[in-house]
Amino acid sequence: MHVLVLAEHDGTRLRAGTAAALGFGLELAGHDGGTVTCLVLGEHVDGVAQAAAAYGDVLLGDHTVLADPLAERWAEVTAGVVRSEAADILLGASSTFARDVLGRAGGLLGGAMASDVTGFRRDEGRWVWQRPMYAGAVTASVVLCGSPLVVTVRPTAAQAPPHRPQPGSITPVEIDAEGLPGLTTYLGLDSRPSHRPDVTEARVVVSGGRGVKTTDDFERLVGGLADVFDGATGSSRALVDAGLTPNDLQVGQTGKVVAPELYIAVGISGAVQHLAGMKNSRTIVAINSDPHAPIFEVADYGIVGDLYDIVPEMIQQLDAD
Amino acid sequence: MSFLVLVPTKRVPDTDGVIRVAPDGLDVDTSHLSFVINPFDAIAVEEALRIRERRDDVEVVVVGIGAAAYEDELRTALAMGADRAIRVEAPEPLDPWNVSSILAELAVRLEPQLVLMGKQAVDDDSAQAGQFLAARLGWPQATFASRIDDSQHGATVARETDHGIETVSITFPAVITTDLRLNEPRYASLPGILAARKKPIQDITLEELQIEIEPRVELVGLEQVSSSRTGQRLENVSQLLECLRENTDLF
Repeated sequence: MHVLVLAEHDGTRLRAGTAAALGFGLELAGHDGGTVTCLVLGEHVDGVAQAAAAYGDVLLGDHTVLADPLAERWAEVTAGVVRSEAADILLGASSTFARDVLGRAGGLLGGAMASDVTGFRRDEGRWVWQRPMYAGAVTASVVLCGSPLVVTVRPTAAQAPPHRPQPGSITPVEIDAEGLPGLTTYLGLDSRPSHRPDVTEARVVVSGGRGVKTTDDFERLVGGLADVFDGATGSSRALVDAGLTPNDLQVGQTGKVVAPELYIAVGISGAVQHLAGMKNSRTIVAINSDPHAPIFEVADYGIVGDLYDIVPEMIQQLDAD
Repeated sequence: MSFLVLVPTKRVPDTDGVIRVAPDGLDVDTSHLSFVINPFDAIAVEEALRIRERRDDVEVVVVGIGAAAYEDELRTALAMGADRAIRVEAPEPLDPWNVSSILAELAVRLEPQLVLMGKQAVDDDSAQAGQFLAARLGWPQATFASRIDDSQHGATVARETDHGIETVSITFPAVITTDLRLNEPRYASLPGILAARKKPIQDITLEELQIEIEPRVELVGLEQVSSSRTGQRLENVSQLLECLRENTDLF
């Protein structure tokens, strides 16, 4: 049994989700005494390959035609490696990157694909995958028909494996640049620099919702509370739609899924679409002026009141420690 | 030749409905649910209409895949302004691979310049069909679009990613999947609703398309997810911080 994990990175750093996917891959392989290999694609990504090698063997496709993460090229190369390596499972961490690239690879490899997997079991030689449906209202168990299988796993459902005592091998993959499509041109990424960690990677996430009235308030209250914990900020859809927060902060069914140790929902009512993105957090705190807000039903602790009073007091008391 | 925009739509339970697992444990209980066009697909319909408003000779064709029940939602799309609808009779639920098989065959027959569809359906949340379709057709894809600027031979698309807004340009024909902030779908007007009654819904069978369903995803169980949290109400910030100190490792 051979698992191939497609690495996601920013050119220099392996994203945390990929390490979790490698951990999930090792769990799968452990069932069958199989192997896990990480596929790193990009240009000048030796550093990423070395980071991945800390977990095991790496295949490295380093070429100028792969400089930007364009699905039409990356999926083609990935599907080619799956075939040449005879991989049984192609795995990646759930993210917009994986939905784009592995989705397309899944289309090239026959469509036996499960997205956002949160667990698995073996049943009479078949893999049974658990995955959320209907914004997480139900968990489906599905069996995929065909081979290879393509799976994306929620990073929150797996853990990065320990580093190996000796790094794995790094083997170059030959890239047929001429054979790759060129119908898409990458024009750039408008990424707002932030001193805070990514919302999917932080131990503490403080999220703001409709109760927060301005961008300044968001920064001062939600950002201020996050900073006390060296945490990340998140946002409900309402604030992103209103232009108060950038899209990459959105937590929910159609945004990011997080499961930090502590999630503080500030002025968020708790639509099921938002709950889908955070309800597996270890501890959940809700602050809302509406005592009937559904967020209280998924919270461990709640305070009913005005966030404009409560959050500054929290910051003050925590700072005093 | 006209610029044909194909807009596949899926019929899904209204997102305000409460989802409960049916007694057989293999489906959701739909008896109390109302149905709508998948919200992301409604955004795709709206964007197709806007493209028709800004360029010449555009035809907007919506596609529904499913049983005969799939009519009201297609009429809604027609009432919004789509030119015509195609309904492909197929068993439900259909996994993304088989959806893409049907759409790929329609694309070969209708030769659209653009397939615009939701980035995911809010029932199974797979987010695969658009990418599968693009891969099988060998067309470029721009997923999770929050802005589309079309030109003669292609489009520049802003994409919502986990790390910010990415911009790509693609050549037609292409598949674009739509994200939440691309637009706000219009409501059907009364004249639109009246006009929609006369617009054609063409029924096509899988036999006509020469497609055999080849399942890729077999559902073997559905489980209700319920929250087991205590939901303890606290009076003030001091109490809250005390609870957090006692019950988390963060301090």
